[in-house]
Amino acid sequence: MKRLAIFFFASCLVVAMAPDAKAALNVFACEPEWGALATALGGSDVDVFVATAGLQDPHQIQARPALISRLRNADIAVCTGAELEIGWMPVLLRQSSNAKVQPGSPGYFEAAGQVTLLEKPERLDRAEGDVHPAGNPHIQTDPRNMRIVAAALAKRLASVDPAHADGYAQREQKFDADLAAAMARLETAAAPLKGVKFISYHKSWIYLANWLGMTEAANIEPKPGVPPGSAYIADLLSRIPALQAKMIVYAAYEDAKPSEFVAQKSNLPAVLLPFTVGGSDGAKDLIGLYDDTVKRLLAGLGGKGG
Amino acid sequence: MKYSSRLLRSTALGSAFSVALLWNGVAKADDLGDVRKEMQAMQQQYNASLAKLQKDYETRLQAMEKRVDAAESKASTATAKADTAQKTAEVAQTTAAAAPVPASAPAAADNPPSSANSFNPAIGVVLDGKAMASSHNPNTYRMPGFALGDQAKPPPRGPSIGESEINLQANVDQALFANLTVAFENDNSVSIEEAFVQPTALPYNFTAKFGRFFSGIGYLNEQHAHTWDFADAPLPYLAFLNGQYGDDGAQLRWLAPTNQFLEFGGEVMRGASFPANSVSEALGSNHNAGVGGWSAFVHTGDDIGVSASYSAGLSYLGTRSSARGTNPVIGNPGSDSFTGGDNTFIADAVYKWAPNGNFAQTYVKLQGEAFLRYEQGAFQALNYPGAAGVATTKSYNSGPQTGFYAQAVYQFIPFWRVGVRYDQVHAPSLGSGFTGTTLDSMNATPRRYSIMGDYSTSEFGRFRLQYNRDEARPGSDNQVILQYTVSLGAHGAHQY
Repeated sequence: MKRLAIFFFASCLVVAMAPDAKAALNVFACEPEWGALATALGGSDVDVFVATAGLQDPHQIQARPALISRLRNADIAVCTGAELEIGWMPVLLRQSSNAKVQPGSPGYFEAAGQVTLLEKPERLDRAEGDVHPAGNPHIQTDPRNMRIVAAALAKRLASVDPAHADGYAQREQKFDADLAAAMARLETAAAPLKGVKFISYHKSWIYLANWLGMTEAANIEPKPGVPPGSAYIADLLSRIPALQAKMIVYAAYEDAKPSEFVAQKSNLPAVLLPFTVGGSDGAKDLIGLYDDTVKRLLAGLGGKGG
Repeated sequence: MKYSSRLLRSTALGSAFSVALLWNGVAKADDLGDVRKEMQAMQQQYNASLAKLQKDYETRLQAMEKRVDAAESKASTATAKADTAQKTAEVAQTTAAAAPVPASAPAAADNPPSSANSFNPAIGVVLDGKAMASSHNPNTYRMPGFALGDQAKPPPRGPSIGESEINLQANVDQALFANLTVAFENDNSVSIEEAFVQPTALPYNFTAKFGRFFSGIGYLNEQHAHTWDFADAPLPYLAFLNGQYGDDGAQLRWLAPTNQFLEFGGEVMRGASFPANSVSEALGSNHNAGVGGWSAFVHTGDDIGVSASYSAGLSYLGTRSSARGTNPVIGNPGSDSFTGGDNTFIADAVYKWAPNGNFAQTYVKLQGEAFLRYEQGAFQALNYPGAAGVATTKSYNSGPQTGFYAQAVYQFIPFWRVGVRYDQVHAPSLGSGFTGTTLDSMNATPRRYSIMGDYSTSEFGRFRLQYNRDEARPGSDNQVILQYTVSLGAHGAHQY
């Protein structure tokens, strides 16, 4: 029995100390958009694990055992930051016991740190709901942010994995060119959306609105993360005609009912947007995400929800 | 460019050297003064032109460096790229007005003034209050067959603020993290719930902890009580661990390099808390090991598709006690005590499911733990058969004591949950020699049925109503518990 135990622990140690035979860089992506970006930039040089799926609320993720073990084996963690993952990422970082991916190490990348955040709260108080002190973290809805993050991430991947630096740089150039071409096409197509006002369920769309020149006129949530009560919805409905909004917008992971209820009562189309890669059938990758988002917004402008 | 700069400099040095040689040679001539003057003029001219050349060169170099920087910096070209890519004047205008600025762009200084508070630890406060009504007195609680600790009872009757907890934590330095959790009890006493230091940079994926902490055994044990899904601990936790096992000691964990979560851990403890009891002091100078508790555990877990995940574990806790007192019950005026050892085994399993793995809307959580314990040693009581009122000690071998709980929690809409729980413990009969004592199991199986519903105002506030039908002691006890839990300050992350 004793000998068996010694053998067991010895083999554990051997496994632990054996050099990693796999050459690919292990990427732990907190959200699907960063998984898609890492895949686009890393190609066959990376092995990407995405911690959350397209239909999951990134604010409320369970610190699942699989996430701990994946983070333990990661060479780099790519997350949004700006406290979006504060409810679960600290537990994973602590339990993963992986020095490579701790904040401050080259192996910990925060996308929100690369761009200027909007909607920085003026009043830091939990009475204001689920506010993020650093600003709105949902930066992926603007492809211009994505280009900046892509450039920074390609550099970071190259510094963590210098052997494949050329590959990251080349793929970044291609990704950037492809995205720029897609943006040119989408911005022309989205011209009718300029100046259009919309109502959204959660404050998730400031960057998208900024890109397309749209205006977020109101939210269905009275405060971020707080579900609306009937009194608040009644009040909102009374204000909607004056807002001159053209559509109701909500994310694929959100409950459709409140948005559809408001849409029905106010005779506006309720537009489901993918929000991230995997949020809709069309959003298979990042360019697909922007394609599908603009397509759905234009359909909404034409009076068609969905 | 840098190489040619060096070349230029060495050429300049060379010329200066040859000029100096020349000057030496000419110095021998008769018209020394004139030549000297001429030489000085030449040298000045040379120096001036050299300086000009260097300056020109440096300006050009700087300009070129700037251009290289500009070409490299994707951030600064982002807007330029956008401009070229976007042909439509109207769209380009929009973009320019709303272009995201890279974080590296220079901005007005916004540096906070330096302050002694800059490195304050993260501070979190938890208030966990209860109001309780029950048909039996919680202070005379008992589970026949078990020598219970002082916390193995329902919450006190009436409103009480329960446990108010202050948590401070921060990185100590590049190598250490520390955490302090102080609990203020209902009766105004203060206790250190956790006070531990954790090295953050151990090699080979080891983690360690030393100080006071909740043991890693089981599933619920390591979590703070206010994060539990019911207002009270399951019966096996009350019977075998006095609610929760935390102690002073050291822990070592190792995480296997597999995609499936697989963790091994072990602890050595002082043995100052139930089921151990201050062994190092009580056993005297011959037992200077200072260890009264030790544990080993393995936890595993993984995802099952995108919607579900599980975790499971096996744990062992060994403890020694010396004259460990028993919670006084009717007929046992508090003089019962146990000296000996406990071997406790725990198997735990948790399963969580949410549609598409999205826990914001609805989810189901199933959870259960099974306990097996052997207690062996000597038991002293005042009411052994035929020896009433006389403190008598008998050797005692518990046999396999068992217990388990199983519970299910369902969030049916955001912020609203309901749950059911069943828990029981069982001690085998010890025969007529123990009739009437605490250890008399009375051929009963203490059990309890619970239902609860809770509403959260946000992630940080929760109200819970729970009903227990507690059949631990003879005559069932109806308990109603109203609980509120709020947390302020630093955002605590939640364990699985």
